[in-house]
Amino acid sequence: MLLISCPYCGARPELEFTHGGQAHLARAREPAAVGAQDWADFLYMRDNTRGVHAERWRHTHGCGRFFNALRDTTNDQFIATYRLGEPPPAAAPEPEAMP
Amino acid sequence: MTQTLRVAQGGRVDRTRTLQFSFDGRSYKGLAGDTLASALLANGVHLLARSFKYHRPRGILAAGAEEPSALVSVRRDAARYTPNLRATQVELYDGLEAHSQNRWPSLAFDVGAISDLLSPLFPAGFYYKTFMWPRRGWKALYEPYIRAAAGLGRAPTEADPDRYANRYAHCDVLVVGGGPAGLAAALAAAERGARVMLCDEQAQLGGSLLAEPAGEPADAWLVRSIASLRSNARVTLLPRTTAFGYFPHNLIALNQRLTDHLANPQAGQTRERCWQVRAQQVVLATGAIERPLVFPGNDRPGMMLAAAARTYLNRYGVIPGTRAVVIAACDEAYRAAIELHQAGVAIAMIGDVRSGADGHWPEAARRAGLPVLTHATVLETRGRLRIKAVRLARLDAERRLIGAIQTHACDLLLMSGGFTPSVHLHSQSRGKLAWDERVQSFIPSQAAERARSAGSCRGVFSLAAAIEDGADAGSSAAGDAATHASGFPAATDGSRPPPDGAMAGYAGALPQPQAAAGSKAFVDWQNDVTTRDLALALREGFVSIEHIKRYTTAGMATDQGKTSNLNALGFVSQRLDKAIAEVGLTTFRMPYTPVTFGSFAGFARGELFDPVRTTPIHEWAVRHGAVFEDVGLWKRARHFPQAGEDLHTAVARECRAVRSACGIFDASTLGKIEVVGRDAVTFMNRLYANAWTSLSVGRCRYGVLLREDGFVLDDGVVARTAEDRFHVTTTTGGAPRVLALMEDYLQTEWPELQVWLTSTTEQWAVIALQGPHSRRVLQGLVQDLDLSSAAMPHMSVARGAICGVPALLFRVSFTGELGFEVNVPADYALAVWEAIYQAGAAHGVTAYGTEAMHVLRAEKGYIIVGQETDGTATADDVGLGWAVSKLKPDFVGKRSLARPALNAPDRRQLVGLLTADPKVVLEEGTQIMQAPGQRPPARAIGHVTSSYYSAALERSIALAMVAGGRARIGQTLCAAGPSDDLPVQVTSPVFYDPQGKRLDD
Repeated sequence: MLLISCPYCGARPELEFTHGGQAHLARAREPAAVGAQDWADFLYMRDNTRGVHAERWRHTHGCGRFFNALRDTTNDQFIATYRLGEPPPAAAPEPEAMP
Repeated sequence: MTQTLRVAQGGRVDRTRTLQFSFDGRSYKGLAGDTLASALLANGVHLLARSFKYHRPRGILAAGAEEPSALVSVRRDAARYTPNLRATQVELYDGLEAHSQNRWPSLAFDVGAISDLLSPLFPAGFYYKTFMWPRRGWKALYEPYIRAAAGLGRAPTEADPDRYANRYAHCDVLVVGGGPAGLAAALAAAERGARVMLCDEQAQLGGSLLAEPAGEPADAWLVRSIASLRSNARVTLLPRTTAFGYFPHNLIALNQRLTDHLANPQAGQTRERCWQVRAQQVVLATGAIERPLVFPGNDRPGMMLAAAARTYLNRYGVIPGTRAVVIAACDEAYRAAIELHQAGVAIAMIGDVRSGADGHWPEAARRAGLPVLTHATVLETRGRLRIKAVRLARLDAERRLIGAIQTHACDLLLMSGGFTPSVHLHSQSRGKLAWDERVQSFIPSQAAERARSAGSCRGVFSLAAAIEDGADAGSSAAGDAATHASGFPAATDGSRPPPDGAMAGYAGALPQPQAAAGSKAFVDWQNDVTTRDLALALREGFVSIEHIKRYTTAGMATDQGKTSNLNALGFVSQRLDKAIAEVGLTTFRMPYTPVTFGSFAGFARGELFDPVRTTPIHEWAVRHGAVFEDVGLWKRARHFPQAGEDLHTAVARECRAVRSACGIFDASTLGKIEVVGRDAVTFMNRLYANAWTSLSVGRCRYGVLLREDGFVLDDGVVARTAEDRFHVTTTTGGAPRVLALMEDYLQTEWPELQVWLTSTTEQWAVIALQGPHSRRVLQGLVQDLDLSSAAMPHMSVARGAICGVPALLFRVSFTGELGFEVNVPADYALAVWEAIYQAGAAHGVTAYGTEAMHVLRAEKGYIIVGQETDGTATADDVGLGWAVSKLKPDFVGKRSLARPALNAPDRRQLVGLLTADPKVVLEEGTQIMQAPGQRPPARAIGHVTSSYYSAALERSIALAMVAGGRARIGQTLCAAGPSDDLPVQVTSPVFYDPQGKRLDD
């Protein structure tokens, strides 16, 4: 079970969290103006990254907040977790896993 | 029986406490501190088991967790019967009852041993190649026979009555292994102030030190170290605890055995505890396992690893035989020979497979007058139930005989092929391994977690060096990289430094003279895999070691190839003429040793297996004979059968009561979400497909929630209870999903909206009253509520009270009848329900369950999300196009609704189906075909989603999703049955009161 550092609560076990898919995909302000292919891409196409992947998590059984994380998909190590609206840290050091 | 092979003194057993035990019904004596294996050896018993595939007689090979052969069952009673235990790990207690396995009628005479003679029929992969025909034969004949013939122990016949526990723990440093390196690591880390946990699979801490002769400096160090750790409050020592799994982010699973060693465990005492330890740092000090040697006839009882023999002698005071031949590929074997010799065992010969042996121990053996033969190999062994003789030869580099073949009588054959570091946990953690030339084995290199290995599990074999290595690992794990004095007198071990290559040993099959036929040479004892099987796999073209492993099953038994993996690799490397490092290693998986199901289940059994959700009215339903069904975690009353009623008659009666009088229904499981805030209406407009601005306070609307891809996710009645407040109901199963979706959009897409979301599912209980008499039933119970149609029309909501309890009253209907849903705080629900039920008696009130509810709503063509919809249905597909706002510029799913595919005329649409015979109720899921007699590849054009017998219509009805269904109303299609096809007429999905007159009473 992974240990995930919620930016609001600190390190908690994975079973408190829900994975929320790829991060930084914004819903168009006016979806009606989006072309068919772009809309299909938004709905269905996701990166399948080998390496560092920006993804959403929700601390469902904790504070309930969504946040973003950089996780290396090759070894499941979290490089960083950060709040919504914040840009992904460029090269943040690995967060200390234990509070 | 007497313990004839117990030496007069020495060992760590308690000679003052004699224990009685039985094996296969025969009574023996042992001592406190014995394992079942050591106690049996003390009594001269070597034959313990029959092998998995060939039923060959097997004895005790090892002294610890790596034992592949000596598997036994231990029985306390019919339910407490544990099969497949390694006799080397079963602690002896008074009255222990053990049984051998996989033999009939007895261990010494086993009819199944015929399979050994027939073994040419069962080469590797035989079950892939033979028994192919007749086709039915596999299921009826071959598989049951093979299953019965091959195998290990049998499962207990009764449910496990014992208690198992789970525990979570955190620590700074977890040390796995309580041998010299592990103890040194724990001491060093504890000295640095770290919170330390140390676990060891054995009852006593000490690991390999326990196999050292008593009275040496190592013994004093062990006693001192354990005392120091025990006195430290920040150290937790866990003996009898196996670290069996390494999971990401330093989560280690431990299995602690608490009662298996006790003669009389107390009732209710926890048998095992499964720990999940999250460690900042891990030190793996898991030791090394001695390798057997591979030669013809290497599996007879009486054959043992050399280090195991030392353990039996020095720890248990037992000599495993009286006349031994020792086959050595490393210097450790000499040490065993010397000590056994001193204990009175005649050493007939030490055959060293190497060309020379001049280290400390070989020299000591020669000085003691023990005969040594270099260039040695074993040609053959003899003895059916116990080894009787060994034939040795000397071979030159070209595998030509040097001199004469020697035959030595013996009752014990010791072997040492060197030591394989136990890298299981390191490898489980995805740490990398590297081939080490010096120790001829794979050792840990790069760790993937915050972990380090220390001692012999990384090839540091000498005692002093292992202790230093452990101390270094412990202090660096505790955050101090400086070297640390272990307090161990370095000089004691200095007299026996292993020279380079002394520990390298041998991997693969021992060389045999050219053109020697030879009998079976076992590589994997537990799965009965021989060199012939491996050779066959190579001949048949398997090259990858992972494929060879699976084809031959080498290393795939419950022992995970602890004694066999490297020999299998060595053999493959010999045959392919490739270095072992190039052949590669197979994957290590958890568990390190088998773990009981009870330990994994822990408390999660019976009632605690899964949470059960019950409504506040549950108790009443139980009292009134409800039959329950599981809906998610909820228990819902399905129907309330009266005496003599089956499901069908009970549901028909309940349905008639609702249509003719009044039914009462527990709808408390309905999901409820309160949407509150200045921007609540904006939020609802953006989320739900319906228009909400026009919904006035006090009114309700049937809401449809789509996913962003345009398909129906959920539905439910939404009430506006204030300008800034919506009471949103969801399906029973969909509540968490809907709330999660709401939170997602609110937090990530529209954080500017001032809206708060609260689940109120458990706070509001819902009592539905449905039927023409429902108003009359409620009339006398409510306060501050006008139930008239003028004040409270269909789809309205009002606050008031019922029976003096604050209530939110809805006028809604999921039956097509006049209906109310009384929402009251959960704590009052049972009292209110009972009051309504009592008041309703005069009006024919009848409790109905979910089955009647399903029939009633199907008669009206009301959909159930997840039954009519399957994640690919749009609102229009299921006849809810009217609910989707055409005017709102945007809501979740709107853009997708404009996609051409979602507007194709041949989409499956909700329709009704009527069978020609009104008594025939179609199976739900029945495929609808265009014409009779069609079978695949003809495509189905639809499927039945709901199907019931309608009491009100006195005939069967069905709802179905049919391609272009609405345009087919009036047509006759075909329902594909298992034997014949039935004509079905396509109708409107609304079967009952299509004008909806009964709603507007």
